[in-house]
Amino acid sequence: MAAHAQEHKSHTKLIWKVFIILSVITLVEVVLGIIKPDALHLTKILGTSPLNIIFLVLTVVKAYYITWFFMHMADEKKNLRRSVVWTAVFLIIYLATLLLVEGSYINDVLGPLTKWSY
Amino acid sequence: MGATVATESTGQSWGGGTNKPLNASYGKMMMWFFILSDALTFSGFLGAYGLMRFKFIDSWPIADEVFTHFPFLHGVHAPMYYVALMTFILIFSSVTMVLAVDAGHQMNKKKVTFYMLLTIVGGGIFLGSQAWEWKNFINGSYGAVQLNDGKIVQFVDETGHQVTLESFAASSHSERVQHTKDKGLWFVEEAALTPVNLDQVMEGFQANSNITIRTELIDASTKKKTIIPRADAMKYLSEAKGVVKGANLEVNEYGKTLFADFFFFITGFHGFHVFSGVLINIIVFFNVIIGTYEKRGHYEMVEKVGLYWHFVDLVWVFVFTFFYLV
Repeated sequence: MAAHAQEHKSHTKLIWKVFIILSVITLVEVVLGIIKPDALHLTKILGTSPLNIIFLVLTVVKAYYITWFFMHMADEKKNLRRSVVWTAVFLIIYLATLLLVEGSYINDVLGPLTKWSY
Repeated sequence: MGATVATESTGQSWGGGTNKPLNASYGKMMMWFFILSDALTFSGFLGAYGLMRFKFIDSWPIADEVFTHFPFLHGVHAPMYYVALMTFILIFSSVTMVLAVDAGHQMNKKKVTFYMLLTIVGGGIFLGSQAWEWKNFINGSYGAVQLNDGKIVQFVDETGHQVTLESFAASSHSERVQHTKDKGLWFVEEAALTPVNLDQVMEGFQANSNITIRTELIDASTKKKTIIPRADAMKYLSEAKGVVKGANLEVNEYGKTLFADFFFFITGFHGFHVFSGVLINIIVFFNVIIGTYEKRGHYEMVEKVGLYWHFVDLVWVFVFTFFYLV
């Protein structure tokens, strides 16, 4: 255990650095969410607005920093890391893709049938 | 004391000798795979939310119009600020948690105690904030009218801003009293009465010519709810079923009831995770104080509860994105 304690001497600097990164990302998200610039909000790219893509990318970046540096995934063995992260990433992308594609399809079919004028 | 405190384990948890698979202890690896399965559970919930949102993509409530409250700022339209504050609270309690883990590696009992305490306080503040957020959502802000087919109609002034029902509804005094079980029929229940009833709203609408309505339908070019010209408004209002104030699992003044259902379920499930996290943190905190881990020779338990706590923060990052941002 003594050797273990040695290698973990000064992690506090890294922790505060990660905290600042996470705070800045959150701040950017909040500012964009309040302003919602028309050029990003009302245009369309890859089936949604560029603003939504930015939010998703920033979220994944935040998730990376939390997992790698707060949960110390960076220090784990490569095989443990892969068995947890790859499993989650693969299954989540698979599930989300199917559900969102089906959701759009239901909207395509159901949307025209919904009555909006009386 | 020695009899009640667990001391160094013999390393038999794996049952296969002293070899540690993937160089991780039994507890830590189990925590990682629990987190993996819990992450998939949350993905299932958020995926279901995504499915329903894509299904009703043209009429989903706009989060900026739903969550607009901030403590001590009454009547001020403040979208996002409060939930941003909540996010910072949770990120900060994550930081104090990881500082506690770090202090544990250096066997610094005093620092671990201090940072664990800060983490517990942060978790408590977050839970309180979430309760306040729920309270605002349940109480509602403007009130709306529900049509016979379940659609929600909201009232706006000539600038397109929403107005409260009370601000224009006729104030003819109603003799209608809330039915409770101790008055009359004990086996009959009634939903809480709204501040104004439908007749008062209709009368007030006709008397105020500057007010019109808007429907749930989102105009794709402006991403705003569609405002109906006053001339056509009565065609909608003749279909009115009742007044809606606030949100619950059956009705939602902001639009789709599904939005309220998913909001309560997913933030509730997350809040329950935070709550259990705080409880576990408290147990570990007292174990730190009585010196359990000092005797054991390592603070791995702090590390394991830390993993769980960071995971709760991680889930909030996604809930924040999908309920408030996109």
